[in-house]
Amino acid sequence: MAQDMMVRIPVREQDPKVRATNFGEVCLGYNKEEAEAEAARCLNCKNPRCVQGCPVSIDIPGFITKIKESDVKGAYDVISQSSALPAVCGRVCPQETQCEGVCVRGIKGEPVSIGKLERYVADTARAMGIKPSTDAAKKEKKVAIIGSGPAGLTCAGDLARMGYDVTIFEALHKAGGVLVYGIPEFRLPKDAVVEKEIENVKALGVKIETDCIIGKSTTVDALMKEEGYDAVFIGSGAGLPKFMHIPGEQAMGVFSANEYLTRSNLMKAFSKDSRTPIMRPKKAVIVGGGNVAMDAARTALRLGAETHIVYRRSEEELPARREEVLHAKEEGIIFNLLTNPVEIHADENGWVKGITCLRMELGEPDESGRRSPVEIPGSEFYTECDAVIMSLGTDPNPLISSTTEGLDVNRRRCIVANEENGQTSKEGVFAGGDAVTGAATVILAMGAGKAAAKGIDEYLSGKA
Amino acid sequence: MFRILKKENLAPNIFLMDVEASRIAKNALPGQFLIVRVDADGERIPLTICDYDAAAGTVQIVFQVIGGETHRMSALAEGDCFHDVVGPLGKPSDLTEMPIEELKKMKICFIAGGVGTAPVYCQLKWLHENGVTVDCIQGAKTKDIIILEDEMRAVSNLHICTDDGSYGISGNVTVALQKLIDDGMQFDRVVAIGPMIMMKFVCLMTKKLGIETIVSMNPIMVDGTGMCGACRLMVGDKVKFACVDGPEFDGHLVDFDQAMQRMRLYASEEGRLYLAAKEGDTHHGGCGNCG
Repeated sequence: MAQDMMVRIPVREQDPKVRATNFGEVCLGYNKEEAEAEAARCLNCKNPRCVQGCPVSIDIPGFITKIKESDVKGAYDVISQSSALPAVCGRVCPQETQCEGVCVRGIKGEPVSIGKLERYVADTARAMGIKPSTDAAKKEKKVAIIGSGPAGLTCAGDLARMGYDVTIFEALHKAGGVLVYGIPEFRLPKDAVVEKEIENVKALGVKIETDCIIGKSTTVDALMKEEGYDAVFIGSGAGLPKFMHIPGEQAMGVFSANEYLTRSNLMKAFSKDSRTPIMRPKKAVIVGGGNVAMDAARTALRLGAETHIVYRRSEEELPARREEVLHAKEEGIIFNLLTNPVEIHADENGWVKGITCLRMELGEPDESGRRSPVEIPGSEFYTECDAVIMSLGTDPNPLISSTTEGLDVNRRRCIVANEENGQTSKEGVFAGGDAVTGAATVILAMGAGKAAAKGIDEYLSGKA
Repeated sequence: MFRILKKENLAPNIFLMDVEASRIAKNALPGQFLIVRVDADGERIPLTICDYDAAAGTVQIVFQVIGGETHRMSALAEGDCFHDVVGPLGKPSDLTEMPIEELKKMKICFIAGGVGTAPVYCQLKWLHENGVTVDCIQGAKTKDIIILEDEMRAVSNLHICTDDGSYGISGNVTVALQKLIDDGMQFDRVVAIGPMIMMKFVCLMTKKLGIETIVSMNPIMVDGTGMCGACRLMVGDKVKFACVDGPEFDGHLVDFDQAMQRMRLYASEEGRLYLAAKEGDTHHGGCGNCG
C-alpha cells in the first residue's frame, strides 16, 4: 500500500496497561524502515521554518536528508554541530510547540515527526559506537561550568569543541542534573541514554567534578581567583520546591515532586534492590499540571497507586507536553481539573488520610495570558488519599547568588543574564537555563547554554 | 578520592573517622554538616562535621550504627574510601559570626547528648581557639558510651552526667543543667545537640527559665542543598528547610513533636532493609520492623 504522505508513521510504544506496571521506556522509537519512511515526508523546504523553531537551530532538513540516504553517521554529524544531547532532546523536547509546530507538512496534514527522527539518529549512532569528536586546537583558557544539567552540558560541549579547557562542577554524586534526578526512567533511560550522552561530552575533553557545591565547597570568586578559571558559566538549575502553605502540609505522606522523583530516579528507589526508601501509596494526589507533575503521577502509578492529578485550571492550560498528558491518560491517571486543594488531613499518627479541594472556574486572563482560576464558593469536597505530591514549580536556589560578589538577581531571585550571550552583571561570569529563567524546559536550557558558550568564546577571544 | 585516614571505635557501635575531603576541610565552619555515600549504591547520609583540618585536607565524622548504611560505613577500614563526601552544607553556627569580644561576655552552656557530642566538640574547639572557654554538659545513658571525654575536657569546662549514675552527675542533661543553675551558675544561651527527644526537653526547661536555646536538627534529607524539601520542619509559624535554613534553629520555636513524627516516615521500610542487609535470609520476622 502506498504511504499516505499526510500522515505520520506511527511510533511503537509499550502497551499502556503493561507499561503502567513497569519503568521500561514508554516509546520504543523508529526502526530503519520506519525512520526512512517518515524522513521521506520531509519536503526539504528552501526556507526551513523548523530550524527557526529549534532553540539550538539544528539543521533539521539537513539531517533528515541524510536519513533518507541511509547515512546515519552523516545525520549524527549534522545534529552534533548544534546539539550535544540528541538522544535526550529526541525524547523530552516539546516538539509540538517548536520545530514540529511550524512544519509546513502540518498545515494540511501531520507535521514530520522530527523528534522521533532525531531520537532514531542518536540511538542508532550510539549503537554503532559513533562518538562526537573535535579537531579544534587547544586553547590555554580554563572555563568552569556550574551544574551538569542540559544547560551546563551544552555549554561545556560547545566550549570543548572550540578547544577550551572545560571542567563541570556538579553538586550531586552523579552528573546529568534534571536528566538524572528529575525525568523518570520510563521517559528517559538513565544508563542507556543519559550516561552515554554524558560520556560523549566527556569524549570531547570535558572534565566533571561531582560532589562539589559552588557556594559551599568553593565559590565562583575562588574558582576565578584561586583556581585560575578565566570564565564561569552558571547553569545551576531551579532549586527550591514550592509548597502551598495550606494546613496539613507537614503530614507524613506529603512530598515535593522533587523529593519523590529524586528518590525514584537518582536513588533508583523504584527498584526493589535500591537501599533508598520510597512511599508506595494506595491513592496519590498530585497537585500541579506541568511536566514534573506528569512525571510524579506516572511514577506513583507505577509504584502501585491509584493516581489523581489535581490542577486548578482546565485541560487547555495544562503546561505539560501534550504527549505526556496523553500518555498519562492512557495509563489510567485520573485528571481532576479546575480543582484546588485547601487542606490536607492527617490521621492520629500523622499520616495523610485525605484532602479537601475546592472547585474552580476560569475568570479573566492574568499576567501570564492564561485565564485565571477563581474559587467557586461552597464547593469544598473531601477525597481520601494516603499521599499528596506537590508539583508547583520551584524557586531559585540562593546558594550561588548569595556567595558571589557583584552578581545581580531580579525580584524573583533569578540570576540576571543577557539572553544573547549569557553575560551577567559580573565580568567573566555567564549564566543560563532555569537559574536565569526559572523552571522551563530542557531545550531552552540547552539554547541558553549554547548562547553562553558563544558569549564566553567572544569574551575570552577579546581578552586574549 | 575520599580516603579514610583514621578510624577509631570510640564506644560500642560508635565510630570516628578522619576522611580526606580537601574542599570541605578548607571551607567548613562549626555547625555545618556533610553527606556521605558509602558505595556506588549507597544512601546519602547526612552527618554533622566534628572537626576539620584545612592544612591536612581532612574532615572528621563520628557516627553510630543505627541502620544498614551506618552498618556498612562501620565496615570500612583505614585506607578504604567513601564513594562520595560532599559539603560543607547548611549554615555555620551563628556564634562564628559574632565578634569575639561579645562571645567572651556571653555565658554559654553547651549540652551534648550521645553522638551529638562530636558536633558540640567542633564548636567548643573553635571557641577555645578564639580564646573563649564555656561550660558544657555531656550526657550519656551510661559510662561506657561516653565519647571524646579528654578532647571535650581540653576545650571546655566539662560536666558529665549519666542516666544510670555510673559516672559524673546522676541523671539526664536537664537534671545536670538544673544542678549547675542551683549551684549558682547563670547562662544566657544554651546550645543543645543530641537526640531530638533530648533537645525537646532541654527546650521545655530553658523556655521556662527564659534562656535562649539553639538546637541542631537532623531530619530525613536527600540532597542536602534545598532541592527536595524532605527535611522541612516548622519553626514558629514558618516552614524551614533544615539543610539550607539550618541545621541550627531557635529551639523554642521548633515543633519537635512533628519533627520526631516525621523521622518515622521510613522507619519500617528502613528497618526491613537493615535486617535484610544484616541477617539476609536468616531473618524471619518477630522484630517489630517487618510487617
